[in-house]
Amino acid sequence: MRLLSGARILAIAKKEFFHLRRDHLTAGMVVGLPIMMTLLFGYAINQDVRNLNAGVVDEANTSASRALIADAVATQVMRIVSRAGSPRELEQMIAAGRISLGLYIPSDFEERLAQSRPPFAQLLIDDSDPIVLGAARGLAQLPIRQQAIKKDSPGTFELRALYNPERRSPVFIVPGLCGVILTLTMVLFTAIAIVRERERGNLELLITTPVQPLELMIGKIIPYVFIGYIQISLILLLGVSLFDVPVRGTMLDFYVGAGIFVISTLTLGLLISTIAETQFQAFQLTFMSFLPQLLLSGFMFPFEGMPRAAQYLAELFPLTHFLRIVRGIVLRDATLSMLTNEIWPLVLFFVVVMALATARFRKRLD
Amino acid sequence: MTIAIETHDLTRHFGDLVAVDHVNMQVPKGSIYGFLGPNGCGKSTTIRMLCGLLIPTEGGASVLGIDVLDDPEAVKSKIGYMTQRFSLYEDLTVRENLQFMSEIYQMSRTDRAQRIRVQLKKFGLDDRARQLAGTLSGGQRQRLSLAAVTLHEPELLFLDEPTSAVDPESRREFWEFLFDMVDRGTTVLVTTHFMDEAERCHALAILDQGVLVADGSPKQLMAELPASVVEVASDTTRIVREVLLELSEVIDVAQLGSRLHALVQPDVQNPTAFLGAALERKSLLASLKLVAPNLEDVFVMATLGRGADR
Repeated sequence: MRLLSGARILAIAKKEFFHLRRDHLTAGMVVGLPIMMTLLFGYAINQDVRNLNAGVVDEANTSASRALIADAVATQVMRIVSRAGSPRELEQMIAAGRISLGLYIPSDFEERLAQSRPPFAQLLIDDSDPIVLGAARGLAQLPIRQQAIKKDSPGTFELRALYNPERRSPVFIVPGLCGVILTLTMVLFTAIAIVRERERGNLELLITTPVQPLELMIGKIIPYVFIGYIQISLILLLGVSLFDVPVRGTMLDFYVGAGIFVISTLTLGLLISTIAETQFQAFQLTFMSFLPQLLLSGFMFPFEGMPRAAQYLAELFPLTHFLRIVRGIVLRDATLSMLTNEIWPLVLFFVVVMALATARFRKRLD
Repeated sequence: MTIAIETHDLTRHFGDLVAVDHVNMQVPKGSIYGFLGPNGCGKSTTIRMLCGLLIPTEGGASVLGIDVLDDPEAVKSKIGYMTQRFSLYEDLTVRENLQFMSEIYQMSRTDRAQRIRVQLKKFGLDDRARQLAGTLSGGQRQRLSLAAVTLHEPELLFLDEPTSAVDPESRREFWEFLFDMVDRGTTVLVTTHFMDEAERCHALAILDQGVLVADGSPKQLMAELPASVVEVASDTTRIVREVLLELSEVIDVAQLGSRLHALVQPDVQNPTAFLGAALERKSLLASLKLVAPNLEDVFVMATLGRGADR
């Protein structure tokens, strides 16, 4: 192999910047996408469920039953939108989707309480939505204000949440969002950038010049590393200013970690560009690679809850490791040196995929 | 005379299709060598093999003394290749495109500025330097492409149908540039399907369905045409053509404007009288004249002979 030329790599990177400067839509997406996603995820996605629509049937209608209803409402998990005459009616309202919860207090509520004969009351839940199920579970633990069971047990463990005691969703989501957005945009931009040259015929000219595949690859990557940094800085800035996301680790660690991730995930875009023949195919392949990462990386669903096979698969994805790195640095004040277990898989991914992409990218037309 | 390109049994298959079929040719240095042939005859495929972009299925080629199979990369720094389609960046300006190419060819910084200035002036793009390439006219794009691929002063230039999308004046101008470069020692291999362009080449190769069916200088090809050419002028050219084509001594009849060119077997002693008699029998009026073959006749003859063989 011939020596790489820094001048040629720079020439390609410079040219890529020219393209970006003239392509207002892409340039807009560089800034717009992270802002939009951060706002959407920060405001709209809230796993801390509040104000579920509830219906109530209070057959007891005593001071104790009214107190129980008041306590349930006070949790803010539910709000009463309807009163019904029978449990049957509650079921129908749930089936119709008008309420998510039905609170049924039987006529012998006081007797049951007096005799300490649970269950005292019943909670009908619409568990076709798992989020409702989770919220209702919490509601079922609601203690009852009554002398007979006032001695509510203190529990075996005292819970000490170290990093996000208020359980605010943006604190979990925003750091992870850095990884998710980078995974999408980095892969897409790089894949498109090369496929576009092929589609427009530029590549036929380029491959008759002395330029080497690896030079082309590196040159193409450089501008997108910059873009990646712009994007994560934006996301973090929004996270801190709008959602009070604490940044506990050092920014240096954060940027170095992000850099390693960006470079490794970019190679996936390069690989896609050697497979896809049109920009449309590049889009499709990018989303095909993005979805499993989004679902399995631990961003959307807890990693520990997945089957073993899915966990092994997820360990291959750069996003999985970056989520651990970024949550570690931003939320837990970890240093990069504490996270080497997550860094070497990224480096390995980079080396393997880059080698694959370079091998696949031939300076030929057949 | 030294040789710039030499091929031996150069062959390329695409699946079942034989795009280029055992082509043997020699292109002398410092000449314009033309590839003449209809679309899909294997012109572009041959060029791409010579540039190292396609691997020959069989046979090989040496370009500027380098075997293209052994070391395609060594070839690439010595040649310029102007693709059929405009392949510079439409969203870059004229100057940015040239700058990019100069950097890719690793020209020194001082050389670069100097060469770009020279090329802009030479190809009349001075006042377009800051314009986006995508907004140039067909002729301007052509000039820019040529400026870009000759920036590094290649010894050998491949041009794939360089003038198919430009007006006649730009074509003429374009050929002036080519002659200019050849004068200074560059070798040019150009594909075309314009006869007037083919006639300007020092040497020609006619390709038909991947096979090299004739080659030589245009003069030589016309002089050695194995047929007599009779020009037929008539008001009823269509009927006349049908009648002539029925004669076994007539190889083919091509329409050139309002006249016909009939290619007659060389063993017919007096072709004008022979055809005249045939037309008279059908009571058709026509004036006939024996003419010197032109390149079109050569082309018709070369591509037809093969069709009949099959």
